Amino acid sequence: MSNPQQLRYSKEHEWLSALEDGVATIGITEYAANALGDVVYAQLPEVGDTVTAGETCGELESTKSVSDLYSPVTGEVTAANQDVVDDPSLVNSAPFEGGWLFKVRVAEEPADLLSADEYTAFSGN
Amino acid sequence: MSTAPRLTALDALHRSLGATMTDFAGWDMPLRYASERDEHHAVRTRAGLFDLSHMGEITVTGPEAAAFLSYALVGNIATVGNGRARYTMIVQEDGGIVDDLIVYRLGETEYMVVANAGNAQIVLDALTGRVGGFDAEVRDDRDAYALLAVQGPESPAIMKAVTDADLDGLKYYAGLPGTVAGVPALIARTGYTGEDGFELFVAPEHAEQLWRALTEAGAPHGLIPCGLSCRDTLRLEAGMPLYGHELTTALTPFDAGLGRVVKFEKEGDFVGREALRAAAERAETAPPRKLVGLIAEGRRVPRAGFPVVADSKVIGEVTSGAPSPTLGKPIAMAYVDAAFAAPGTEGVGVDVRGTHEPYEVVALPFYKRQK
Repeated sequence: MSNPQQLRYSKEHEWLSALEDGVATIGITEYAANALGDVVYAQLPEVGDTVTAGETCGELESTKSVSDLYSPVTGEVTAANQDVVDDPSLVNSAPFEGGWLFKVRVAEEPADLLSADEYTAFSGN
Repeated sequence: MSTAPRLTALDALHRSLGATMTDFAGWDMPLRYASERDEHHAVRTRAGLFDLSHMGEITVTGPEAAAFLSYALVGNIATVGNGRARYTMIVQEDGGIVDDLIVYRLGETEYMVVANAGNAQIVLDALTGRVGGFDAEVRDDRDAYALLAVQGPESPAIMKAVTDADLDGLKYYAGLPGTVAGVPALIARTGYTGEDGFELFVAPEHAEQLWRALTEAGAPHGLIPCGLSCRDTLRLEAGMPLYGHELTTALTPFDAGLGRVVKFEKEGDFVGREALRAAAERAETAPPRKLVGLIAEGRRVPRAGFPVVADSKVIGEVTSGAPSPTLGKPIAMAYVDAAFAAPGTEGVGVDVRGTHEPYEVVALPFYKRQK
Protein backbone atom coordinates (compact mmCIF):
# COMPACT_ATOMS: atom_id res chain seq x y z
CA MET A 1 0.00 0.00 0.00
CA SER A 2 1.37 3.44 -0.77
CA ASN A 3 0.06 6.86 0.05
CA PRO A 4 0.19 9.25 -2.94
CA GLN A 5 2.93 11.86 -2.52
CA GLN A 6 0.86 14.75 -3.89
CA LEU A 7 -1.77 14.43 -1.13
CA ARG A 8 -1.73 15.62 2.45
CA TYR A 9 -3.19 13.64 5.33
CA SER A 10 -4.93 14.02 8.69
CA LYS A 11 -4.45 11.89 11.78
CA GLU A 12 -8.11 10.87 11.36
CA HIS A 13 -6.98 9.08 8.17
CA GLU A 14 -8.45 11.49 5.64
CA TRP A 15 -6.53 12.66 2.61
CA LEU A 16 -6.71 16.11 1.06
CA SER A 17 -5.73 17.03 -2.50
CA ALA A 18 -3.78 20.09 -3.56
CA LEU A 19 -6.11 23.08 -3.97
CA GLU A 20 -7.64 23.81 -7.35
CA ASP A 21 -9.18 27.28 -7.38
CA GLY A 22 -9.24 27.08 -3.60
CA VAL A 23 -11.10 23.76 -3.55
CA ALA A 24 -9.68 20.54 -2.09
CA THR A 25 -10.92 17.02 -2.73
CA ILE A 26 -11.20 14.85 0.39
CA GLY A 27 -11.37 11.12 0.96
CA ILE A 28 -10.25 8.45 3.38
CA THR A 29 -6.96 6.62 3.04
CA GLU A 30 -6.49 3.06 1.88
CA TYR A 31 -5.32 2.23 5.39
CA ALA A 32 -8.62 3.53 6.81
CA ALA A 33 -10.67 1.76 4.14
CA ASN A 34 -8.96 -1.53 4.92
CA ALA A 35 -9.49 -1.04 8.63
CA LEU A 36 -13.21 -0.41 8.07
CA GLY A 37 -13.81 -3.41 5.83
CA ASP A 38 -16.42 -3.35 3.09
CA VAL A 39 -18.14 0.04 3.22
CA VAL A 40 -21.89 -0.39 2.71
CA TYR A 41 -23.28 3.05 3.44
CA ALA A 42 -21.89 6.55 3.17
CA GLN A 43 -23.55 9.60 4.61
CA LEU A 44 -21.71 12.59 3.19
CA PRO A 45 -22.02 16.30 3.91
CA GLU A 46 -24.26 18.21 1.50
CA VAL A 47 -23.29 20.93 -0.92
CA GLY A 48 -23.46 24.24 0.91
CA ASP A 49 -22.75 22.72 4.33
CA THR A 50 -19.98 24.28 6.36
CA VAL A 51 -17.54 21.72 7.72
CA THR A 52 -14.99 22.32 10.46
CA ALA A 53 -11.54 20.80 10.68
CA GLY A 54 -11.49 17.89 13.13
CA GLU A 55 -15.27 17.74 13.48
CA THR A 56 -17.61 15.04 12.22
CA CYS A 57 -19.46 15.73 8.98
CA GLY A 58 -20.87 12.33 8.05
CA GLU A 59 -20.49 8.63 8.59
CA LEU A 60 -19.18 5.55 6.88
CA GLU A 61 -20.79 2.25 7.71
CA SER A 62 -19.16 -1.11 7.09
CA THR A 63 -20.19 -4.69 7.73
CA LYS A 64 -18.91 -4.61 11.27
CA SER A 65 -19.09 -1.00 12.39
CA VAL A 66 -19.96 2.59 11.78
CA SER A 67 -17.31 5.32 11.81
CA ASP A 68 -17.65 9.05 11.93
CA LEU A 69 -16.32 10.95 8.98
CA TYR A 70 -14.17 13.94 9.92
CA SER A 71 -13.31 16.93 7.80
CA PRO A 72 -9.58 17.65 7.69
CA VAL A 73 -10.21 21.32 6.89
CA THR A 74 -12.71 24.11 7.52
CA GLY A 75 -14.79 25.50 4.67
CA GLU A 76 -17.86 25.16 2.49
CA VAL A 77 -18.76 21.89 0.78
CA THR A 78 -18.90 22.34 -3.00
CA ALA A 79 -19.51 18.72 -4.02
CA ALA A 80 -20.31 15.30 -2.58
CA ASN A 81 -19.48 12.14 -4.51
CA GLN A 82 -22.85 10.70 -5.58
CA ASP A 83 -21.03 7.68 -7.07
CA VAL A 84 -19.93 6.69 -3.56
CA VAL A 85 -23.44 7.19 -2.17
CA ASP A 86 -24.74 4.88 -4.91
CA ASP A 87 -21.87 2.38 -4.64
CA PRO A 88 -20.03 2.71 -1.32
CA SER A 89 -17.65 -0.11 -2.28
CA LEU A 90 -15.73 2.52 -4.31
CA VAL A 91 -14.24 3.62 -1.00
CA ASN A 92 -12.59 0.20 -0.74
CA SER A 93 -11.69 -0.34 -4.39
CA ALA A 94 -10.35 3.15 -5.17
CA PRO A 95 -9.96 5.15 -1.96
CA PHE A 96 -7.58 7.72 -3.51
CA GLU A 97 -9.46 8.08 -6.80
CA GLY A 98 -13.07 7.24 -7.65
CA GLY A 99 -13.79 6.74 -3.94
CA TRP A 100 -13.26 10.41 -3.05
CA LEU A 101 -15.97 11.70 -0.69
CA PHE A 102 -16.46 15.46 -0.89
CA LYS A 103 -14.90 18.75 -1.96
CA VAL A 104 -14.42 21.80 0.22
CA ARG A 105 -13.65 25.44 -0.59
CA VAL A 106 -10.98 25.77 2.07
CA ALA A 107 -11.33 28.70 4.46
CA GLU A 108 -8.86 27.43 7.01
CA GLU A 109 -6.65 24.42 7.39
CA PRO A 110 -4.99 23.13 10.54
CA ALA A 111 -1.22 23.34 10.88
CA ASP A 112 -0.80 19.65 11.65
CA LEU A 113 -1.67 18.06 8.29
CA LEU A 114 0.85 15.38 7.38
CA SER A 115 2.89 14.73 4.28
CA ALA A 116 2.64 11.30 2.63
CA ASP A 117 5.84 10.16 4.33
CA GLU A 118 4.73 11.49 7.70
CA TYR A 119 1.35 9.80 7.35
CA THR A 120 2.97 6.51 6.32
CA ALA A 121 5.09 6.66 9.47
CA PHE A 122 2.05 7.66 11.59
CA SER A 123 -0.23 4.89 10.34
CA GLY A 124 2.52 2.31 10.04
CA ASN A 125 1.47 1.71 6.45
CA MET B 1 -6.64 -7.85 33.76
CA SER B 2 -5.17 -8.63 30.41
CA THR B 3 -4.00 -11.95 29.11
CA ALA B 4 -2.34 -12.79 25.84
CA PRO B 5 -4.85 -13.95 23.23
CA ARG B 6 -4.90 -17.64 22.43
CA LEU B 7 -3.65 -18.60 18.99
CA THR B 8 -4.96 -21.42 16.84
CA ALA B 9 -2.66 -23.96 15.18
CA LEU B 10 -3.19 -22.03 11.93
CA ASP B 11 -2.20 -18.61 13.27
CA ALA B 12 0.99 -18.22 11.20
CA LEU B 13 -0.84 -19.39 8.10
CA HIS B 14 -3.61 -16.79 8.57
CA ARG B 15 -1.02 -14.04 8.91
CA SER B 16 0.83 -15.22 5.80
CA LEU B 17 -2.51 -14.94 3.96
CA GLY B 18 -2.82 -11.33 5.09
CA ALA B 19 -5.79 -11.91 7.37
CA THR B 20 -7.17 -9.09 9.47
CA MET B 21 -7.25 -10.64 12.93
CA THR B 22 -9.70 -9.90 15.72
CA ASP B 23 -10.08 -10.83 19.35
CA PHE B 24 -12.97 -13.23 19.77
CA ALA B 25 -13.65 -14.70 23.20
CA GLY B 26 -9.98 -14.45 24.09
CA TRP B 27 -8.78 -15.94 20.81
CA ASP B 28 -6.97 -14.15 18.01
CA MET B 29 -9.10 -15.18 15.02
CA PRO B 30 -9.26 -14.22 11.33
CA LEU B 31 -11.95 -11.56 10.85
CA ARG B 32 -11.51 -11.51 7.07
CA TYR B 33 -8.77 -12.16 4.55
CA ALA B 34 -9.82 -9.62 1.92
CA SER B 35 -13.42 -8.51 1.33
CA GLU B 36 -15.91 -10.03 3.78
CA ARG B 37 -18.65 -9.52 1.18
CA ASP B 38 -16.71 -11.64 -1.34
CA GLU B 39 -16.16 -14.28 1.34
CA HIS B 40 -19.89 -14.31 2.11
CA HIS B 41 -20.83 -14.74 -1.55
CA ALA B 42 -18.22 -17.49 -1.96
CA VAL B 43 -19.93 -19.54 0.74
CA ARG B 44 -23.40 -18.91 -0.72
CA THR B 45 -22.43 -19.77 -4.30
CA ARG B 46 -19.22 -21.88 -4.15
CA ALA B 47 -17.31 -22.68 -0.97
CA GLY B 48 -15.42 -21.15 1.92
CA LEU B 49 -12.80 -22.49 4.33
CA PHE B 50 -12.93 -21.46 7.99
CA ASP B 51 -10.68 -21.95 11.01
CA LEU B 52 -13.05 -22.48 13.96
CA SER B 53 -10.49 -23.86 16.38
CA HIS B 54 -11.76 -21.52 19.10
CA MET B 55 -14.82 -23.71 19.61
CA GLY B 56 -14.70 -25.71 22.86
CA GLU B 57 -14.74 -29.51 22.73
CA ILE B 58 -15.72 -31.49 25.82
CA THR B 59 -15.75 -35.29 25.73
CA VAL B 60 -18.18 -37.29 27.84
CA THR B 61 -17.63 -41.03 28.21
CA GLY B 62 -18.94 -43.88 30.32
CA PRO B 63 -21.81 -46.35 30.59
CA GLU B 64 -24.17 -43.59 31.77
CA ALA B 65 -22.89 -40.86 29.43
CA ALA B 66 -26.22 -40.60 27.59
CA ALA B 67 -28.28 -40.56 30.78
CA PHE B 68 -25.98 -37.92 32.23
CA LEU B 69 -26.23 -35.67 29.17
CA SER B 70 -30.00 -36.03 29.10
CA TYR B 71 -29.98 -34.84 32.73
CA ALA B 72 -27.48 -32.01 32.22
CA LEU B 73 -28.91 -30.69 28.92
CA VAL B 74 -32.44 -29.89 27.72
CA GLY B 75 -32.41 -32.39 24.83
CA ASN B 76 -33.03 -36.13 24.83
CA ILE B 77 -29.50 -37.31 24.18
CA ALA B 78 -30.50 -40.95 24.69
CA THR B 79 -32.20 -40.85 21.28
CA VAL B 80 -29.11 -39.66 19.40
CA GLY B 81 -27.94 -42.54 17.21
CA ASN B 82 -24.32 -43.53 16.91
CA GLY B 83 -22.68 -41.25 14.35
CA ARG B 84 -25.39 -38.60 14.64
CA ALA B 85 -25.41 -35.10 16.12
CA ARG B 86 -27.97 -32.98 17.94
CA TYR B 87 -28.40 -29.24 18.41
CA THR B 88 -29.27 -28.63 22.07
CA MET B 89 -28.82 -26.26 24.99
CA ILE B 90 -27.61 -26.23 28.55
CA VAL B 91 -29.64 -24.10 30.98
CA GLN B 92 -29.44 -22.94 34.57
CA GLU B 93 -31.88 -24.21 37.21
CA ASP B 94 -33.99 -21.11 36.45
CA GLY B 95 -34.13 -22.05 32.77
CA GLY B 96 -31.73 -19.31 31.61
CA ILE B 97 -29.61 -20.36 28.65
CA VAL B 98 -25.98 -21.08 29.54
CA ASP B 99 -25.03 -21.99 25.98
CA ASP B 100 -26.23 -23.62 22.80
CA LEU B 101 -24.35 -26.77 21.89
CA ILE B 102 -23.91 -29.50 19.36
CA VAL B 103 -23.57 -32.99 20.82
CA TYR B 104 -21.95 -35.61 18.58
CA ARG B 105 -22.30 -39.27 19.45
CA LEU B 106 -18.89 -40.71 18.63
CA GLY B 107 -19.44 -44.23 19.95
CA GLU B 108 -21.65 -46.47 22.04
CA THR B 109 -20.70 -44.62 25.22
CA GLU B 110 -18.76 -41.61 23.92
CA TYR B 111 -20.06 -38.12 23.13
CA MET B 112 -18.41 -34.85 22.16
CA VAL B 113 -20.07 -31.64 23.30
CA VAL B 114 -19.09 -28.56 21.30
CA ALA B 115 -19.58 -25.27 23.13
CA ASN B 116 -19.10 -21.68 22.04
CA ALA B 117 -15.60 -20.37 22.67
CA GLY B 118 -16.75 -17.74 25.15
CA ASN B 119 -18.73 -20.27 27.17
CA ALA B 120 -16.50 -23.34 26.98
CA GLN B 121 -15.16 -23.01 30.52
CA ILE B 122 -18.62 -22.29 31.93
CA VAL B 123 -20.09 -25.31 30.14
CA LEU B 124 -17.19 -27.48 31.26
CA ASP B 125 -17.69 -26.37 34.87
CA ALA B 126 -21.45 -26.92 34.68
CA LEU B 127 -21.08 -30.42 33.23
CA THR B 128 -18.42 -31.30 35.79
CA GLY B 129 -20.72 -30.02 38.53
CA ARG B 130 -23.67 -32.06 37.27
CA VAL B 131 -21.94 -35.39 36.62
CA GLY B 132 -21.93 -36.54 40.27
CA GLY B 133 -23.97 -39.73 40.72
CA PHE B 134 -23.59 -40.79 37.09
CA ASP B 135 -21.16 -43.43 35.87
CA ALA B 136 -19.68 -41.00 33.35
CA GLU B 137 -16.58 -38.87 32.93
CA VAL B 138 -16.29 -35.28 31.63
CA ARG B 139 -13.02 -34.44 29.89
CA ASP B 140 -11.73 -31.06 28.72
CA ASP B 141 -10.61 -31.67 25.11
CA ARG B 142 -10.30 -28.05 24.02
CA ASP B 143 -6.60 -28.45 23.27
CA ALA B 144 -7.06 -31.81 21.58
CA TYR B 145 -8.73 -30.43 18.47
CA ALA B 146 -8.36 -27.90 15.75
CA LEU B 147 -11.61 -27.33 13.83
CA LEU B 148 -11.79 -26.50 10.13
CA ALA B 149 -15.04 -25.99 8.25
CA VAL B 150 -15.71 -26.26 4.52
CA GLN B 151 -19.05 -24.62 3.80
CA GLY B 152 -20.98 -23.96 0.61
CA PRO B 153 -22.64 -25.81 -2.26
CA GLU B 154 -19.29 -26.97 -3.67
CA SER B 155 -18.15 -28.44 -0.35
CA PRO B 156 -19.19 -32.06 -1.09
CA ALA B 157 -17.22 -32.04 -4.36
CA ILE B 158 -14.18 -30.56 -2.61
CA MET B 159 -14.36 -33.07 0.22
CA LYS B 160 -14.63 -35.98 -2.22
CA ALA B 161 -11.27 -34.94 -3.66
CA VAL B 162 -9.55 -35.37 -0.29
CA THR B 163 -11.34 -38.26 1.41
CA ASP B 164 -12.66 -41.74 0.64
CA ALA B 165 -15.19 -41.48 3.46
CA ASP B 166 -18.82 -42.18 2.52
CA LEU B 167 -19.99 -38.59 2.25
CA ASP B 168 -23.21 -39.47 0.43
CA GLY B 169 -24.18 -41.58 3.43
CA LEU B 170 -23.29 -38.73 5.78
CA LYS B 171 -26.53 -36.85 6.36
CA TYR B 172 -27.00 -33.36 7.79
CA TYR B 173 -26.22 -33.47 11.51
CA ALA B 174 -24.22 -36.67 11.27
CA GLY B 175 -20.54 -37.31 11.95
CA LEU B 176 -18.14 -40.14 11.25
CA PRO B 177 -14.47 -40.77 11.85
CA GLY B 178 -12.37 -40.92 8.69
CA THR B 179 -9.22 -39.84 6.96
CA VAL B 180 -9.13 -36.50 5.17
CA ALA B 181 -6.04 -35.47 3.20
CA GLY B 182 -4.10 -38.16 4.98
CA VAL B 183 -4.96 -37.09 8.50
CA PRO B 184 -7.43 -38.68 10.92
CA ALA B 185 -10.53 -36.52 11.34
CA LEU B 186 -14.01 -36.52 12.74
CA ILE B 187 -16.05 -35.52 9.68
CA ALA B 188 -19.32 -33.82 10.62
CA ARG B 189 -21.98 -32.52 8.28
CA THR B 190 -22.77 -29.46 10.34
CA GLY B 191 -22.25 -25.74 10.05
CA TYR B 192 -23.38 -22.26 10.89
CA THR B 193 -23.84 -20.71 7.49
CA GLY B 194 -27.17 -21.97 6.15
CA GLU B 195 -25.35 -23.94 3.45
CA ASP B 196 -24.37 -27.56 3.05
CA GLY B 197 -20.96 -28.13 4.56
CA PHE B 198 -18.58 -30.05 6.71
CA GLU B 199 -16.81 -29.46 10.00
CA LEU B 200 -13.55 -31.35 10.47
CA PHE B 201 -12.17 -31.98 13.95
CA VAL B 202 -8.48 -32.89 13.76
CA ALA B 203 -5.40 -32.88 15.98
CA PRO B 204 -3.87 -29.38 16.00
CA GLU B 205 -0.61 -30.70 14.52
CA HIS B 206 -2.55 -31.85 11.46
CA ALA B 207 -4.46 -28.62 10.94
CA GLU B 208 -2.04 -26.99 8.54
CA GLN B 209 -1.70 -30.04 6.29
CA LEU B 210 -5.49 -30.28 6.11
CA TRP B 211 -5.92 -26.55 5.42
CA ARG B 212 -3.41 -26.65 2.57
CA ALA B 213 -4.98 -29.77 1.04
CA LEU B 214 -8.47 -28.24 1.19
CA THR B 215 -7.22 -24.98 -0.29
CA GLU B 216 -5.67 -26.89 -3.19
CA ALA B 217 -8.64 -29.20 -3.74
CA GLY B 218 -11.01 -26.25 -3.43
CA ALA B 219 -9.30 -23.86 -5.80
CA PRO B 220 -10.94 -25.24 -8.98
CA HIS B 221 -14.30 -24.95 -7.18
CA GLY B 222 -13.80 -21.34 -6.16
CA LEU B 223 -13.10 -22.02 -2.48
CA ILE B 224 -11.51 -19.12 -0.60
CA PRO B 225 -10.48 -18.69 3.05
CA CYS B 226 -13.21 -17.01 5.08
CA GLY B 227 -13.18 -15.13 8.38
CA LEU B 228 -15.56 -14.64 11.27
CA SER B 229 -17.05 -11.48 9.76
CA CYS B 230 -18.77 -13.37 6.96
CA ARG B 231 -19.58 -16.25 9.30
CA ASP B 232 -21.66 -13.74 11.27
CA THR B 233 -23.55 -12.39 8.24
CA LEU B 234 -24.08 -15.94 6.92
CA ARG B 235 -25.60 -17.17 10.18
CA LEU B 236 -27.66 -13.99 10.54
CA GLU B 237 -29.20 -14.45 7.08
CA ALA B 238 -29.90 -18.08 8.01
CA GLY B 239 -31.69 -16.89 11.18
CA MET B 240 -29.31 -18.79 13.45
CA PRO B 241 -28.93 -17.43 16.98
CA LEU B 242 -25.59 -16.35 18.42
CA TYR B 243 -24.89 -16.69 22.11
CA GLY B 244 -24.56 -13.31 23.80
CA HIS B 245 -26.92 -11.81 21.22
CA GLU B 246 -30.12 -13.83 20.71
CA LEU B 247 -29.31 -16.21 23.58
CA THR B 248 -28.42 -15.15 27.14
CA THR B 249 -28.87 -16.37 30.70
CA ALA B 250 -31.78 -13.90 30.98
CA LEU B 251 -33.73 -15.89 28.37
CA THR B 252 -35.07 -19.45 28.29
CA PRO B 253 -35.13 -21.50 25.07
CA PHE B 254 -38.86 -20.71 24.85
CA ASP B 255 -38.23 -16.96 25.01
CA ALA B 256 -35.79 -17.39 22.13
CA GLY B 257 -38.37 -19.22 20.03
CA LEU B 258 -36.35 -22.43 20.35
CA GLY B 259 -38.59 -24.32 22.78
CA ARG B 260 -38.49 -27.29 20.44
CA VAL B 261 -35.04 -28.22 21.75
CA VAL B 262 -36.52 -28.85 25.22
CA LYS B 263 -37.72 -32.46 25.56
CA PHE B 264 -40.06 -32.75 28.55
CA GLU B 265 -41.04 -36.27 27.54
CA LYS B 266 -37.58 -37.70 28.12
CA GLU B 267 -36.88 -40.19 30.87
CA GLY B 268 -35.73 -38.84 34.21
CA ASP B 269 -35.35 -35.36 35.60
CA PHE B 270 -33.18 -32.69 34.00
CA VAL B 271 -31.68 -29.43 35.12
CA GLY B 272 -34.18 -26.61 34.60
CA ARG B 273 -37.26 -28.79 34.02
CA GLU B 274 -39.57 -27.00 36.45
CA ALA B 275 -38.60 -23.50 35.36
CA LEU B 276 -38.87 -24.47 31.69
CA ARG B 277 -42.40 -25.83 32.22
CA ALA B 278 -43.43 -22.39 33.42
CA ALA B 279 -41.51 -20.73 30.59
CA ALA B 280 -43.26 -22.93 28.02
CA GLU B 281 -46.63 -22.00 29.48
CA ARG B 282 -45.77 -18.29 29.46
CA ALA B 283 -44.53 -18.42 25.87
CA GLU B 284 -47.79 -20.10 24.87
CA THR B 285 -50.21 -17.78 26.67
CA ALA B 286 -48.50 -14.45 27.28
CA PRO B 287 -45.12 -14.16 25.57
CA PRO B 288 -43.20 -11.10 26.74
CA ARG B 289 -41.26 -10.55 23.55
CA LYS B 290 -40.66 -12.52 20.38
CA LEU B 291 -37.64 -12.89 18.15
CA VAL B 292 -38.33 -11.49 14.68
CA GLY B 293 -36.48 -10.53 11.55
CA LEU B 294 -36.26 -6.92 10.38
CA ILE B 295 -35.40 -5.77 6.87
CA ALA B 296 -34.40 -2.15 6.31
CA GLU B 297 -36.17 0.03 3.82
CA GLY B 298 -33.17 2.36 3.87
CA ARG B 299 -29.45 1.72 3.99
CA ARG B 300 -28.45 2.48 7.56
CA VAL B 301 -27.44 -0.62 9.45
CA PRO B 302 -29.02 -1.64 12.75
CA ARG B 303 -26.58 -2.89 15.38
CA ALA B 304 -26.95 -4.99 18.51
CA GLY B 305 -28.51 -2.92 21.30
CA PHE B 306 -30.30 -0.39 19.07
CA PRO B 307 -33.90 0.23 20.21
CA VAL B 308 -36.77 -0.99 18.03
CA VAL B 309 -39.49 1.66 17.97
CA ALA B 310 -43.11 2.14 16.94
CA ASP B 311 -45.02 5.37 17.40
CA SER B 312 -41.89 6.80 19.03
CA LYS B 313 -42.12 4.18 21.79
CA VAL B 314 -39.47 1.56 22.40
CA ILE B 315 -41.00 -1.84 21.65
CA GLY B 316 -37.91 -3.97 21.42
CA GLU B 317 -34.18 -4.27 20.92
CA VAL B 318 -31.92 -5.36 18.08
CA THR B 319 -29.80 -8.38 19.02
CA SER B 320 -27.81 -8.73 15.76
CA GLY B 321 -27.68 -6.55 12.68
CA ALA B 322 -25.61 -6.28 9.55
CA PRO B 323 -25.76 -5.37 5.89
CA SER B 324 -26.98 -8.56 4.20
CA PRO B 325 -24.83 -9.38 1.18
CA THR B 326 -27.50 -11.74 -0.19
CA LEU B 327 -30.47 -9.39 0.21
CA GLY B 328 -28.46 -6.25 -0.51
CA LYS B 329 -30.13 -4.52 2.44
CA PRO B 330 -29.47 -4.14 6.15
CA ILE B 331 -31.13 -6.87 8.22
CA ALA B 332 -31.49 -7.54 11.93
CA MET B 333 -32.80 -9.97 14.47
CA ALA B 334 -34.63 -8.31 17.33
CA TYR B 335 -36.80 -9.12 20.31
CA VAL B 336 -40.02 -7.11 20.03
CA ASP B 337 -43.21 -6.90 22.08
CA ALA B 338 -45.55 -9.69 20.97
CA ALA B 339 -48.09 -7.19 19.63
CA PHE B 340 -45.55 -6.07 17.00
CA ALA B 341 -44.12 -9.49 16.14
CA ALA B 342 -46.42 -10.46 13.28
CA PRO B 343 -44.79 -10.30 9.85
CA GLY B 344 -45.89 -7.16 8.05
CA THR B 345 -46.67 -5.19 11.21
CA GLU B 346 -46.85 -1.54 10.16
CA GLY B 347 -44.92 1.35 11.59
CA VAL B 348 -41.94 -0.48 13.06
CA GLY B 349 -38.55 1.18 12.94
CA VAL B 350 -35.08 1.06 14.43
CA ASP B 351 -33.55 3.99 16.25
CA VAL B 352 -30.25 4.39 14.39
CA ARG B 353 -28.34 7.00 16.37
CA GLY B 354 -31.42 9.15 16.93
CA THR B 355 -33.12 8.70 13.57
CA HIS B 356 -36.07 6.32 13.31
CA GLU B 357 -35.39 4.25 10.21
CA PRO B 358 -38.34 2.24 8.85
CA TYR B 359 -38.07 -1.54 8.95
CA GLU B 360 -40.22 -4.40 7.73
CA VAL B 361 -41.04 -7.15 10.23
CA VAL B 362 -40.49 -10.59 8.67
CA ALA B 363 -40.41 -14.20 9.78
CA LEU B 364 -37.00 -15.81 10.18
CA PRO B 365 -34.88 -16.92 8.41
CA PHE B 366 -34.01 -14.27 5.83
CA TYR B 367 -32.39 -16.88 3.63
CA LYS B 368 -33.04 -20.56 3.03
CA ARG B 369 -30.97 -22.58 0.62
CA GLN B 370 -32.60 -24.46 -2.25
CA LYS B 371 -32.21 -28.19 -1.67
